[in-house]
Amino acid sequence: MSDKKTITLKVANIHKAYGTEEVLKGISFEVKKGETKVIIGPSGTGKSTLLRCVNRLTIPDAGRIWLDGVEVTHPRTDINKVRQSIGMVFQDFNLFSHLSALDNVRIGLIKVGKMEKRKATEEAMRQLARVGLEDKAASYPAELSGGQQQRVSIARALAMKPRLMLFDEPTSALDPELIGEVLEAMRDLAESGMTMVVVSHEMGFARSVCNEIIFIENGVIVEQGPPEVMFENPQHHRTKEFLCKISELYGKSERK
Amino acid sequence: MVTLELTISLLAVGLLVGIPLALGQVYARRELVLLTSIYERFFRSIPALVLLFLFFFGSSFLGISLSPFLSAVLALGFRSSAYQSQIFRGAIQSIRQGQMTAARSIGMSKFQAIWHVILPQALRRSIPSWSNEYSSVVKDTSLAYAVGVIELVRQGRYIIVRTFEPMIIYITIAVIYFVLTYAGNRFLGYLEGRLEIPGFEAKRRKE
Amino acid sequence: MNFFELAYDILPALLKGTVVTLELTACSISLGFVLGICLALGRLYGNRPVSAFCAGYIQFFRGTPLLVQLLILYYGLPPYGIRLSSFVAGILGLGLNSAAYQAEYFRGAIQSISRGQMMAARAIGMSKFKTILNIILPQALRIVIPSWSNELIYTLKYSSVAYMIGAPELMAQGKIIAAENFRYFEVFLVVAFIYLVAVLIVSRALNMVERRVRIPGLQMAESI
Repeated sequence: MSDKKTITLKVANIHKAYGTEEVLKGISFEVKKGETKVIIGPSGTGKSTLLRCVNRLTIPDAGRIWLDGVEVTHPRTDINKVRQSIGMVFQDFNLFSHLSALDNVRIGLIKVGKMEKRKATEEAMRQLARVGLEDKAASYPAELSGGQQQRVSIARALAMKPRLMLFDEPTSALDPELIGEVLEAMRDLAESGMTMVVVSHEMGFARSVCNEIIFIENGVIVEQGPPEVMFENPQHHRTKEFLCKISELYGKSERK
Repeated sequence: MVTLELTISLLAVGLLVGIPLALGQVYARRELVLLTSIYERFFRSIPALVLLFLFFFGSSFLGISLSPFLSAVLALGFRSSAYQSQIFRGAIQSIRQGQMTAARSIGMSKFQAIWHVILPQALRRSIPSWSNEYSSVVKDTSLAYAVGVIELVRQGRYIIVRTFEPMIIYITIAVIYFVLTYAGNRFLGYLEGRLEIPGFEAKRRKE
Repeated sequence: MNFFELAYDILPALLKGTVVTLELTACSISLGFVLGICLALGRLYGNRPVSAFCAGYIQFFRGTPLLVQLLILYYGLPPYGIRLSSFVAGILGLGLNSAAYQAEYFRGAIQSISRGQMMAARAIGMSKFKTILNIILPQALRIVIPSWSNELIYTLKYSSVAYMIGAPELMAQGKIIAAENFRYFEVFLVVAFIYLVAVLIVSRALNMVERRVRIPGLQMAESI
């Protein structure tokens, strides 16, 4: 394992319980700079919770998280500052309904990044162009398709120049024919060297772009490894079962 | 006491006039709908106090002698009927067309369909909004003081004149009103629960 | 003289009262607006004591009659040394009352904005305050317009209650005139008509405002 690349994200022993139910029972993993990791697992196993712990939208009960050496989970850390370095894309897009696409991308730059309006507009348009939506800059979220909305939300996250991108089931709320455009945007991002953690069921994406697949079930990491190993030769029987089920459901043909 | 009698009487008037009005709005011919709209607009645009005065003075103008109590009941009752007709209209319209169609298709007349199918559902759905109307009405009875009805506020003033403790008395009165509205709302909520049809979207409003 | 001559005759005097009515309405609804937003934000985002206080305030002012509230302010305070004019007491009473209702409307509007948007704003590094200011409020204020229009009309009508504590508004003027010519019913018919016209004009104006600030897809709360 080459240690030349720096560790961007380090997650150590995260525990989280909702009421009496413990959803995360000691999750630990690392992501090196430029790597893409995909987290898979049955619904309700706390994958979204885990992602939200990374930018502290959810506070873990125990465990620590570091971003480039800065401890995210420390109570004294300026979390607003840290969050500028982490981009998050949500299952439900969560675009700001009262703002046009351009404004959605721009607002973070102006209000948080304190950028001057003209510069912010240029930068925002650049990001929109990157996801192929520069001609929709003046449209409001309600006027855009699901796929377009999600791409705007990716542009919004990218505009902040994050060091880490988190994707929480980004295509689960999309109609099948719109999934492709979002995955393509994500693929481009990964290939350009962005450090990413993706929670998804999209196996095709996982096989083609990611460095490692992490399988979480019942709050623990059951198995993790590079896609070739996980798909061809999983160690754990649960992994095999789950992957079979997913392949059936999503009808993804094998990618050689 | 008088406040309660007032409240109940005028709510009754409101109910008895309001339901037919609502039905008229939804099911009647165009001319009738226009008429009911005007009625409703009129009673909702004029302040309650003005209405009280109109009925009180109007009755003597027309040569009929009405006690303050009665004119208050009529004035506020008709006013309430305008608001209640809105409530019921909304509830009736929220019931899907299919229900009426199904009722007619098994041979019910329009009247029967309304009586047996639409109204039972609509009335249940109206309870939350009706609860609001109840609260409004209880508080508006305080205005009857202006036309001389001996209700809670007036009684309070009599006491104040004798004891010179306005703040305490008024606060007490406020508390009594609060209890009345609160108790009423709780009761209506309980009623709603009892009348609930399992699975029915009475709980549509999820926040 | 017949009804219309009478109406024509008393109109100028009544209009003086109408001006006071409008002043009462404008001042109190503004007070209610500012206070209402604070109450709603306090209730939703404040810590436990703040939230409880706001909730309690709202409960009290919505659960008790406006008349009683005005009486407390006008007659209940003097023994303690605070003597308010009927106009000021009217504005205060109407305003404090309106604030409670407006707070509930704001709360509904704010809560109807998906929590996801709040999450997204925090995720790009906005503080709670910035999020409320830039994301939540701009949307909430648009969503609340239909309910707020209702509240404005309500305040306009209930300004008449200030008559009971002696404010020189429309009702009071009507009473004075009627006491002089004894034609109570007809005088108040004219008064009623003035209210009707006022309400109509205000409704229309608010409708136009609503249409101006509409954003495609932004859900408006159901008008009552």
